[in-house]
Amino acid sequence: MTVGQLSRQCILAAGLLLALPALADETGPLAVVPKPRAEANPEFGCVRPEEDMRKHHMDYLMVHRDDTLRRGIRTRDFSLAECVNCHITPKPDGQYARFGEKEHFCSSCHTYAAVRIDCFECHRDTPDPEKVRETAQQNPHRGLAADSNHPAGIMPVSATVGEAR
Amino acid sequence: MKKIRYSTIKGNSAGYLALLALLGAFAGAGLVAAYFMEHYGHYITGMNNQIVWGTPHVFAVFLIVAASGALNTASIASVFSKTAYKPLARLSGLLAIALLAGGLMILVLDLGRADRLVVAMTYYNFKSIFAWNIILYNGFFLLVAIYLWTMMDPTMSRYTKTAGVAAFVWRLILTTGTGSIFGFLVARLAYNEAIMAPLFIVMSFAFGLAILILVTMAACKWTGRPLGDALMRRLKNLLGVFIAGTLLLLLAYHLTKLYITQYHGVEAFILRDGGVYTQLFWLGWILLGSLVPLAIVYHPAWGKNRSLIGFAATLVILGGLAAMYVIIIGGQAYPLLIFPGKEVVSSFSDGVINSYTPSLPEFALGVGGFAVALIIVALAVKVLQFLPESLADEVVDPHHK
Amino acid sequence: MDKKSNQTDQARRRFFGQVAAVASLTVAPGVILQQVAHARSPEEPASDKNRWGILINTNKCAEGCDACVTACQDEYGWGPNGPETRSSDLQKAQWIRKVKLTDKQTGHVQTLPLMCQHCEHPPCVDVCPTGASMKRADGIVLVDKHICIGCRYCMMACPYKARSFIHEELHDQKVNAPRGKGTVESCTLCVQRVDAGRQPACVEACPEQAMIFGDLKDPESAISRELRENGGEQIRADLGLNTGIRYQGL
Repeated sequence: MTVGQLSRQCILAAGLLLALPALADETGPLAVVPKPRAEANPEFGCVRPEEDMRKHHMDYLMVHRDDTLRRGIRTRDFSLAECVNCHITPKPDGQYARFGEKEHFCSSCHTYAAVRIDCFECHRDTPDPEKVRETAQQNPHRGLAADSNHPAGIMPVSATVGEAR
Repeated sequence: MKKIRYSTIKGNSAGYLALLALLGAFAGAGLVAAYFMEHYGHYITGMNNQIVWGTPHVFAVFLIVAASGALNTASIASVFSKTAYKPLARLSGLLAIALLAGGLMILVLDLGRADRLVVAMTYYNFKSIFAWNIILYNGFFLLVAIYLWTMMDPTMSRYTKTAGVAAFVWRLILTTGTGSIFGFLVARLAYNEAIMAPLFIVMSFAFGLAILILVTMAACKWTGRPLGDALMRRLKNLLGVFIAGTLLLLLAYHLTKLYITQYHGVEAFILRDGGVYTQLFWLGWILLGSLVPLAIVYHPAWGKNRSLIGFAATLVILGGLAAMYVIIIGGQAYPLLIFPGKEVVSSFSDGVINSYTPSLPEFALGVGGFAVALIIVALAVKVLQFLPESLADEVVDPHHK
Repeated sequence: MDKKSNQTDQARRRFFGQVAAVASLTVAPGVILQQVAHARSPEEPASDKNRWGILINTNKCAEGCDACVTACQDEYGWGPNGPETRSSDLQKAQWIRKVKLTDKQTGHVQTLPLMCQHCEHPPCVDVCPTGASMKRADGIVLVDKHICIGCRYCMMACPYKARSFIHEELHDQKVNAPRGKGTVESCTLCVQRVDAGRQPACVEACPEQAMIFGDLKDPESAISRELRENGGEQIRADLGLNTGIRYQGL
C-alpha cells in the first residue's frame, strides 16, 4: 500500500469513527435517504427488515456476490441489480440519480458515512431502462423477472406492491 | 587488515540536498504519472490489449532483478567468507532493499486496481508464480533487514553468517521466481523456457553489481572516503564474469530456439527483423551492454581507469534496461501462434506484429521507481552507518602490507 | 432464507419444472427438451455434472458475417459503439472476434469466431495471483472482478488472446455485464443465460446455425452426439488444455 492510499484509508477510517456516533443517535443529523420505488415484501418492505439491512446489507451483498459469480446461484433477494432496480429513483428532473449524487440511494448514505465502495465502478448504478419496473402492479424484482426465460421470471410474486412516490 | 569502521554521512551539503531534490522531482513525477494512470485509466499509456506489460514493467523487473543481485556483494563476504567484500556488505544489503522497494512501487502503481493491494496480500492462488513472488518479495525484505541487523548490531554478529546464507538462498529463489513469471508462459513463443530463471539470476548478478559499483564510487567521491584500487579491481573483474555468464546463458537460450523450427519466426523477429527490438538487442544489450563493458573491464589499461569502469557499469545498467525491453515488450510484440500453418487476419491484431509506443506517464513512473530506490539509499546512509569510512587497500585487502 | 420458505420454493419450482418438461415434450421435443435439461432453480449452484461447451462448424461460418460478434456486443455493450470512447482501437475490449485463416500451403480460406475457449485447465486461472481468474464447477471460465487487481498476467498467459483490459472509466454498463476500469474481462459463455437454461447470444444469433451449445458431459446432448459422430477439434490441442469450445473443419 502506498503512503497515499494508506493515508486515504486512515482518513476513511477516521471519518467512519466520527460518523458512527451520529448514526447511533436517532435524533442526530442523518443522511436523507431516498425512498424505494416499491416494497418487495408485505411484512417489512425490503427483502429483510430495514434495521437488518442497515446493519448487514454489506454482508448479504458479499455472500451473494460470491455465490452468484463463483457458484452460479442467482436468487433475487440480495442481487445488487435488484437493489438498484428498487432503490434508485428518478430525481425531480426525471433522470436517475447517479452514484455520487445525493439523490442516489447508496451514495446518500455512503457519502455521509465516508465509506468508500467500488461496486459501481463495474456495476450499473441506475436501473436498466429496458427492465425497470414502471407501474405499481409490476414485480419489484423486475430485473430478473423481466427475463421471461429465467426460472425466477415465472415465479409468482407474493409481495403487495405499492408505489412509494 | 584494519578493523572496518562505518559512519553516517553528514548529509547537509548543498550537493546532497541538490541530489535529494533532483531525485525527489523524479519520484514526484512518477507518483503524478501513477495518479493519472489510476484516475483516468490506462488509456493514457501506450499499453493496450496486445502489449499488456509496457515500459513500467521494464523498469520494475529490472529493479527487482537488480535488487537480488545487489545483495551479492554481501553474500560473497558472509557466505563465501571473502573478507575483501565485507566493508561493502552493509551497503549491498541496503541497495537490495531499496531497489526492490523501487521496483515493487512501479509494479504496484501500474496495477489496474492499485487500490486493491490489500486483496493481493490477502487472496493467494498458490498455483500462481506471481502469488509466490509476492511472498518472496516480502520475505526478502524481512530476511535482508534481519541480515543487516546482524551486521550492524555487534551483539548479533554471530548470526551474520546464518542470516547471510538464508538471504542468499532466498534471493536465488526470488530471482528464479521472477524469471519464471516469463518462463511459465506456455503460450508466448519468446518465453516458455526453463532457462529464463537462471538467465534472470545471472543477469541479476551483473545488474546489481553494476549499480553497487556506481553507488560506491559516487558515495566515496562525494563524501571524500578513500576507495582503493584493490577493491575496484575485484569488483570490475567480478562484473566481467557476470556479463560473460549472461552472454553464455543468452547464447544457450537463442541456440535452443534457433534449433527448434517452431521458434524460427520469433527468433528471426528478435534477432533480424524486429526493428527497434532487434536494434535494442544487438546494439543495446549485446554491444553496448555487454561487449563494450567486457572489453573495458578486462583491458589492461582501461580496466585500471576509474572513469571507464564507471562508464562500463553505466553501460551494463542501460544494456540491462534494453534487455528487459527486448524480453518484455519484444516478447509480446511477436504474435501468438494460435493457428500453426495459417495466415491469420482479425480485428484483434491476430497474426501481426503488435505496435507499442511508450508514453510519458509510463516512462515517468519507471524513472520514478529508480529515484525512489536512490532516495532510500541517500536517506539511509545519513541516518544509519552503512558506509565504511574507508575502502582503501589496507582496509580491503587482507594481504596488504 | 428460512427453511420453510425454502421448501415451499423448491416444491413450487419442482412443479414448474414438471409443467415445463411436459409442455416442451408435447410442443417441441428436440430443442426445448435440451433447454429444460439445463434449467436450474436459482438457488441451485452450478454443478460439475455439467461441462458447457460450444461446437462451431467452420464450414458453415460465412466470411464477412459477424452476427455472433454483434450479438455479443449488443448483449454486453462492448465494441465500437460501446462505452469505451477514449481508448484507442488497440485498447478497446473484444470478447469475441471473427478470424480469417488462409492456409500457407494450399491457400484454403476459412473464417471462424474466436473467444475464450473455456479450458478445463485454463492457464489464466493458474497464473492469477489472487484467484480472480476462476473456473466454475460447470467449466465456465470467468474473471471475478471483485478481486481482480488488474495485473494482466492472465492476458500474458492466455494462448488464445481471449482477454481484454478496461483502459478507462465506464458508465451505464449493461446490468448483465458489470465491467469497469482497471480489470480484465472476457467471454463469459453468457453465464447468466446458461444459468437460466438459455443459449449463449452468439449461438442464438448465428444465421447458419454453425454453433451448437450444450453439455459435453451429457452423452445425449446435441453437442456430444455431433462430436461423437462427426468429430471436432480444439485450437492448440497440443497444449493439452481440453477446451470447451470445439471446432469442425479446422
